[in-house]
Amino acid sequence: MEVVTTKTEVTTNMPTTKNEIAMQLKDVSVAFSGRTAVRDVTFDVEEKKVTSLIGPSGSGKTTLLRSLNRLHDLTKGAVVEGQILLGDTDIYNDKLPTTLLRSRIGMVFQRPNPFPTMSIYDNVVSGLRFNGIKKKALLDEAVESSLIAAALWDSVKGRLKNGGTTLSGGEQQRLCIARALAVEPEILLMDEPTSSLDPISTKAIEDLMGELKNRVTIVIVTHNMQQAARVSDNCAFLLMGDDRAGELIEFAETKKIFNNPSDPRTLDYIQGRFG
Amino acid sequence: MMQTKEPSFNGSSEVAERVSHSATSDRPYKFVLKGAAFFFGAVVLVFVWSVLQAAWPALRQNGFHLITGTSWVAGGNGPFGAFALIADTLITTLIALLIAVPIGISSALALLFLVPPKFRTIGASLVELLAAVPSVVYGLWGLWYLTPWLSHTVQPFLAGITGSQFPFSGPQQGFSLLLAGIVLSVMILPTIVAISRDVISVVPVDLIEGGLSLGATRSQVFTKVILPTSKTGIMGAIVLGAGRALGETIAVAMVIGSNIQMPKSLFSTGGTLASTIATEFGDASGNTGAALAALALILMVITASVNAFARVLTNRAKATA
Repeated sequence: MEVVTTKTEVTTNMPTTKNEIAMQLKDVSVAFSGRTAVRDVTFDVEEKKVTSLIGPSGSGKTTLLRSLNRLHDLTKGAVVEGQILLGDTDIYNDKLPTTLLRSRIGMVFQRPNPFPTMSIYDNVVSGLRFNGIKKKALLDEAVESSLIAAALWDSVKGRLKNGGTTLSGGEQQRLCIARALAVEPEILLMDEPTSSLDPISTKAIEDLMGELKNRVTIVIVTHNMQQAARVSDNCAFLLMGDDRAGELIEFAETKKIFNNPSDPRTLDYIQGRFG
Repeated sequence: MMQTKEPSFNGSSEVAERVSHSATSDRPYKFVLKGAAFFFGAVVLVFVWSVLQAAWPALRQNGFHLITGTSWVAGGNGPFGAFALIADTLITTLIALLIAVPIGISSALALLFLVPPKFRTIGASLVELLAAVPSVVYGLWGLWYLTPWLSHTVQPFLAGITGSQFPFSGPQQGFSLLLAGIVLSVMILPTIVAISRDVISVVPVDLIEGGLSLGATRSQVFTKVILPTSKTGIMGAIVLGAGRALGETIAVAMVIGSNIQMPKSLFSTGGTLASTIATEFGDASGNTGAALAALALILMVITASVNAFARVLTNRAKATA
């Protein structure tokens, strides 16, 4: 099969107000065993803002997100090209250990994944323990502050010794957010964090994100356009190209993407003409 | 002549015919199946009953002394005290587990996570090959290759450490509890590798990625996430391995030295319950036959309870996965 390499013209309208940049993506491509899944994505992730990745299935949103904390390293045959800068550090080329990188870039997954053999307490401090922190006072403090930040403290403070999987689905996801926050990451990646939750739990997580962006930069993949419109400041719209590789169609302030997109394909998607 | 039969969809007679036909054709089939099941149950009962019956004279003569007695004199009327045999059985199994469990679990982890995919099938077939080797072959291997190695290399080295004191005292002849334990460890290794690989492979990828995304190293993910999550199933694998080691007969009989005495060191010769039955049944004069049947009974009780325990554990592991 002939691979057509049409380089898409990307309209990138960065916001006028200058903000600190937490992470830069420069021509990022991800391929699995030679098949390109995402091609040449370039945009900046602003600090203490929520950046959403939207697009139909197969557009490479999750693939792109997982390249940001080097989770593809586990997959045989996965190749990430281009540059991803965390501050000044190229996360793929500089000598930054992946363990350190991943403690600076936390992740929340599609389905809540608390460790089933650990208590609520142990789940929250698991990341700290992985990083070698043993002092009880430090751990206790991290449990309280992370659970408060994840809006879970009041409902679980009396049963921290209970198993993490005894909580409801929405609570489990907030526990996973607390677990990620405990390590005090600079960036929090969220891969469709509400896709397995009911509307009330979804609302709780969305409200939480509004609070969280005061302390952490968030990059969220979502299937739900309304969610992207509600929670995010900036928005990247991806679409599968002719050769089935995902491409960035448009990156701009969320307001602009939803009210006045530059690319007709973005408008079509926003208005629900495909998806 | 209006006998042409219309294909009718409400021809209830035809349907009824078919229903009754299928009901009658099922009957002999059910009969055969039920009969086979009944026969099987009867065989088990007769089998247990006959072992009990054969062991009865020895049970009546020796009572609890059969389990607690430390002196076993075969070939006459006793005394028949199987304590040393039970001890040897447990010691050799313990040695086998101490060697096979760490190697087995590490191999399972390596096969699943570290070995490149194309070597994974080779690894898996090696494990199956090990499991398919008949035990007499392991016995020969122990006899021909491990005996000299143990007596010329391992034992002098270990005896040097303790100055020929416990637990490495004893004659340097190779045949020993330690050798039996080593041979058993190789024999139970495939069981432990295969079953722990199965139970580890169902640990959700979500949990592994969850651990890594928090900055865990791979070994931390192994020890803090994967092993705790699959520990019930791994316990099941270990207990199944123990079950095999407890009951193994011919390979042990070939390397343990068949000399019934209270174990004094790892290099003591000895005899397990199973190996003793195999080596002494030819000389079952006096009450010896009944005593051997009693050994068989003890062995059956031990292995049946160990296997039942393993079943409980592996079922629980499947239920939680």
